[in-house]
Amino acid sequence: MKIEIQREEKVNYTFDEFFDETLLQAFIEIKTKQDPTLNFRCGCKSGVCGSCAVVVNGVEKLACKTRVKDGDKIEPLRNAKVIRDLVVDLEYEETKLKNAQGFLEQKSNKQITTKDEKAIDTQSNCILCQSCYSSCPVFEVNPEFLGPYALTRTLRYVNDIKEENIKTKIDAVQQNGVWDCTLCGNCTMVCPQMIDPKMDIMQLRNKSIQFGYSDPNMMNFNSGGFGFDPNGF
Amino acid sequence: MIDVLIVGSGGAGLTAALQAKKNVDNVAVVSKTYPTHSQTVQAQGGINAAIGQEDSIQQHINDTLKSSHGIANASAVEYLCGNAIDAINWLDDIGVPFSRNGENEIARRKLGGAKNARACYSSDYTGLKILHTLYDQCIKNQIQFLNEKMLLNIIVENNIAIGITVLNIVSGEVEEYLAKTVILATGGYCGVYYDYTTNSYASTGDGISAAYKAGAKLKNMEYIQFHPTTIQGNNILISESARGEGGYLVDQNQQRFVDELKPRDEVARAIYDKIKQNEQVFLDLRHLGKEKINEAMPQENRLVQEFCHLKMEEDLIPIHPAAHYTMGGIKVDLEGRTNIDGLYACGECASAGVHGANRLGGNSLLELIVFGKRTGNSAANNAKNIPAITQTNSQQFQKDKEYIQQIFSLDDPRDFYSKRAHMGQMFFENIGLYRTQEAMEETLAKVQGWLQNAKSMGIKDKNKVYNRNLVEFLEFNNMLQIGEIIVQSALNRRESRGAHFRVDYPTECEEYAKNCVAWLENNELKIEFIDVENVS
Repeated sequence: MKIEIQREEKVNYTFDEFFDETLLQAFIEIKTKQDPTLNFRCGCKSGVCGSCAVVVNGVEKLACKTRVKDGDKIEPLRNAKVIRDLVVDLEYEETKLKNAQGFLEQKSNKQITTKDEKAIDTQSNCILCQSCYSSCPVFEVNPEFLGPYALTRTLRYVNDIKEENIKTKIDAVQQNGVWDCTLCGNCTMVCPQMIDPKMDIMQLRNKSIQFGYSDPNMMNFNSGGFGFDPNGF
Repeated sequence: MIDVLIVGSGGAGLTAALQAKKNVDNVAVVSKTYPTHSQTVQAQGGINAAIGQEDSIQQHINDTLKSSHGIANASAVEYLCGNAIDAINWLDDIGVPFSRNGENEIARRKLGGAKNARACYSSDYTGLKILHTLYDQCIKNQIQFLNEKMLLNIIVENNIAIGITVLNIVSGEVEEYLAKTVILATGGYCGVYYDYTTNSYASTGDGISAAYKAGAKLKNMEYIQFHPTTIQGNNILISESARGEGGYLVDQNQQRFVDELKPRDEVARAIYDKIKQNEQVFLDLRHLGKEKINEAMPQENRLVQEFCHLKMEEDLIPIHPAAHYTMGGIKVDLEGRTNIDGLYACGECASAGVHGANRLGGNSLLELIVFGKRTGNSAANNAKNIPAITQTNSQQFQKDKEYIQQIFSLDDPRDFYSKRAHMGQMFFENIGLYRTQEAMEETLAKVQGWLQNAKSMGIKDKNKVYNRNLVEFLEFNNMLQIGEIIVQSALNRRESRGAHFRVDYPTECEEYAKNCVAWLENNELKIEFIDVENVS
């Protein structure tokens, strides 16, 4: 069995035909027995720490949850500076979460029910593995875009009955935020936690409209002199 | 000038940071990884607090003390349990989405050793949701994060901790951070059991090792909890709830062989007995049916499907016990103070004495929060009275720069990776569920030999940038250091108590109802048994 890893150059590694393990175990096998210079991040080996995401045959995957196959082509995550081998720079994470106001701002004293807690259950399962940013075509061209997991986190607090101050969160996601998304759904496809950032962004758009915002793309479209009303068909 | 410098970004570190920030301006968290990559995210079960009508703080105290087999600090246990409800309310207030029950209260589940259902939870992801919420709050409160910097040493001058040295993993440079107070929250040392632990690869006891080298006292390092049911081959945890729901443990003839709901150490030993006879042991949940499995353990069902391509409702799940939690750690008082001025510790790396010989499920997350808060508070208050430290370029910093340079310059073909794997297996077999004088002495000789060899060993990767070969070599050195202390402590405790079971001394012995303290003096490991402290 052979796999190819994108380092400074593409490097092939060979395993015996009986090697039937996760991709992470394959990386560890390489590092400890074949080539100690290969670098990758890993931690919990059980899919919750979010550190081992890589691109496998063009699709973002957690190495610890992916079975390695003959011919696999492995690359580092996209849309981030490669530090070395499969390790990319994650320093943007904190800024994104801060700008998207992904935190509880002002605690309300409302009664919390099972339904309230279920409403934010999926969104609060995010492990910040960066797969969604790697797959995002908007983030690729606009590094200022708040991006999928940050917006999902905003929604997680907007939909949290504990949050009293929703408006500041909605304000925070207007610029380089909900309206910049193309709704391509790549983020939803690659999320290992089955979170649906695309739907979350659509929900945030609806909330934005409730707070008096409108789609700036539409406004440009209307005033752009195309001669037809895009809402008129 | 940093007022409070916290090393480690798991639950204890982030809680301490948030608490410290209430009192002082300049709080920084140094982390070997990124904050949400910490071990805390793996905690599934829950966090204990006697919030139910049927429950009481006294019952929580009693359960905890019973499980500790007489070597917990009663004052610490009282403080832990007495502040549990406040801890849950605080977490709830900052946004942790605790599951609710039919009465709209925070839902609780019953875990082993508890008289009542008191483990508050957030679906199967209690640790994940707590840690991410803490991280969100740290971002809101402008805590400074210094990520991917591995702790090398604590800078101690005149028996006062004034900062730390770290390896900046990204650049490969050694850096010095001075601070008025330092809190270690670096997690446990299950990494010593390398391929035989449920823990993250990062749990290599770096903080405990650095504290020990700096002269801090360690306590009860021989105490390691083994979990009975992890998936064979990858040590992924299947929580106690699987047996709580009625799951069976069966041998290869599909016969049950142990009462599945006995205490963790007893069940783990019964499983290990079978494995020692080259038998396989399985968790059998087939009789529960698909519906019940999906309802009661959805996340675990997914883990089993994803990691071993088996279905709980159709297949037997091969299991194996594995190291799960380390009760030992840096000896601290209730304020989190070590015996070195300015140096504090909290979380799994510390031993405030709440677990004794056996940790109760649901008490570890609680300890992170309750003692994280108290330690953060105490370090920050202390920092207010300490003038800014002006000198830089400490001797420690110079020494550590030379040390790292030396590792790069040494060309030693001996490979530490095979030794690391060997060490994990040897510790699991010899310093695991069963211990004997002979096997422990053999292990000690091996570890001491490797410690000696490691001084002249180098690494093969000579690139400074993001060199995991270097990081793992440094971790291996910490593992060896801690390994030696574990074995020496275990050798000196000539009895069986809780998680420490000696075949040659199979019963609990009154003269060892004490804490085992280990420290470094004149380059020599010292061990002493001291009375259990019951004062704050």
